[in-house]
Amino acid sequence: MVKLPIYMDNHATTPLDPRVLEAMLPYLREDFGNAASRNHVFGWKAEAAVNKARQQVAELIGAAEQEIVFTSGATESDNLAIKGVIEFYKSKGDHIITLKTEHKAILDTCKRLERVRQERLDELKLLRLAQLAGQDVTEENQSELLTKYDVDSDETYRKWAELPTGGARVTYLDVEPDGRVSMEKLAAAMTPKTVLVSIMFANNEIGVVQPVAEIGALCRSKGVLFHCDAVQGISTVPFDVEAMKVDLASISSHKMYGPKGIGALYVRRRPRVRIAPIIDGGGHERGMRSGTLNVSAIVGFGMAAELARKELPEESARLLRLREKLRKGLTDALDMTVINGSLEHRLPGNLNISFAHAEGESLMMGIKDVAVSSGSACTSASLEPSYVLRALGVDEELAHSSIRFGLGRFTTEEEVDYVVNLVVDKVRKLRDMSPLYEMAKEGIDLKSIEWTAH
Amino acid sequence: MAYSDKVIEHYENPRNVGTLDKEDPNVGTGLVGAPACGDVMRLQLKISEDGLIEDARFKTFGCGSAIASSSLVTEWVKGKTVDQAMTISNKDVARELSLPPVKIHCSVLAEDAIKAAIEDFKKKRAARQAKAS
Repeated sequence: MVKLPIYMDNHATTPLDPRVLEAMLPYLREDFGNAASRNHVFGWKAEAAVNKARQQVAELIGAAEQEIVFTSGATESDNLAIKGVIEFYKSKGDHIITLKTEHKAILDTCKRLERVRQERLDELKLLRLAQLAGQDVTEENQSELLTKYDVDSDETYRKWAELPTGGARVTYLDVEPDGRVSMEKLAAAMTPKTVLVSIMFANNEIGVVQPVAEIGALCRSKGVLFHCDAVQGISTVPFDVEAMKVDLASISSHKMYGPKGIGALYVRRRPRVRIAPIIDGGGHERGMRSGTLNVSAIVGFGMAAELARKELPEESARLLRLREKLRKGLTDALDMTVINGSLEHRLPGNLNISFAHAEGESLMMGIKDVAVSSGSACTSASLEPSYVLRALGVDEELAHSSIRFGLGRFTTEEEVDYVVNLVVDKVRKLRDMSPLYEMAKEGIDLKSIEWTAH
Repeated sequence: MAYSDKVIEHYENPRNVGTLDKEDPNVGTGLVGAPACGDVMRLQLKISEDGLIEDARFKTFGCGSAIASSSLVTEWVKGKTVDQAMTISNKDVARELSLPPVKIHCSVLAEDAIKAAIEDFKKKRAARQAKAS
């Protein structure tokens, strides 16, 4: 008998490996020193532990230990990479290229930088308007003056607008229907002002792995920096910053059986990549990230990275076998299923599947002893389904019917068998009470019906 | 998010799931919502000549709250007159099932489904009477 509940949401977070916990414990007890204390044994011990962990993390991604900057997690790493590059290279350019399917930590950071630029342009515009009009611009006369003076085509204003704003302009590239970036579209989006491309290693919803080595080679040839959000997948798919020509990479401990609240940003040394810090203070992490190091978490992160590196080949093969068992079990038993995103270029532990005409949230309710995620956003006020699935062009109804399974190190074959049986049973039950399934079975084209959107 | 016990109870034991013959002159069918929004409710009412709701059946594509809302209204409308059924409001449904604010639209859909089914029945009857006269 399998033990309930079953955890199959390993893209959200992973359980702490007991070996990681063991490694951490001394640093939560007697070895509590501050790694920045240079003049006593408590500090030296902490520093030695941090150095070892830095080495372990670097080794997992083919980096050197001096290239690892510890952060509070991948969200901070993403912020630091993007904001840090945009600030440091502002005299070179301000254009970023990213994907519509990136994590919100990337997309929302880019949106903020766009806002910063827009606000600066708005200020400059009013300043120039006042100059042209030879009078102060007030709330009352502003719209009238704007119709009188065409600031947008004014040469001086246009020159000002090309000066560094502190913000950025951003291209959000569409992905192909399989979830991958088109190299042609990426190359075509580059401009002389492009300073950064930020494309993830593997997607957190659909598990689709991007052609990172090709992206790295393209960016290097164009003199553009390449940041890769490598949160998902580095414990199951080989990721090497040298072979893939990655300049900056965000990684997270809790997605690979380490503790939460710790992550890292890889920052390339040769050729040297510079970033401005977003947190100022004591100058820790070579000035790139101030703040006392979280030693016990860093030790756990290091141990998690070492385990991931050593166990990757076996773990990857095991996960793929289980995932395929899950996929075949579901698709053999049920009709009208769709796998979202490329099956070929996918993390071994990911299955994102839509069960047409069975709504995802109610399916999750039916399998409440199994922790999974759904692309249905029925709980959110917007009622919008997953933006990742929509970027793939997945039909909205199918997006509402999607379930993400994330298998992990502690997933067993018995659990997979149990989940297959349970999901098949519940999907059938939901379809028995689904008007859409009945209509589809009768051959009615659901697209031909005029629905009342609410 | 947590569901109320009543939502869970209806979800696990939905009442009156099924299909009535939509060609039957005494059956009114209401199909509301949209697949793209993640909610579609079909409510069918079998209504006697004197306006009494004799039977009700539903099928719903949607979250647990949508299924529970439709299941609940099939129970409520049975045995009621058409006029009485028209007075059932989404607030009654939301209150009975303790729906949180983000799920209020499920109860709105249930109210819409009742009204749409009755309207369909009335249309059918009017068409029949026009033909007869």
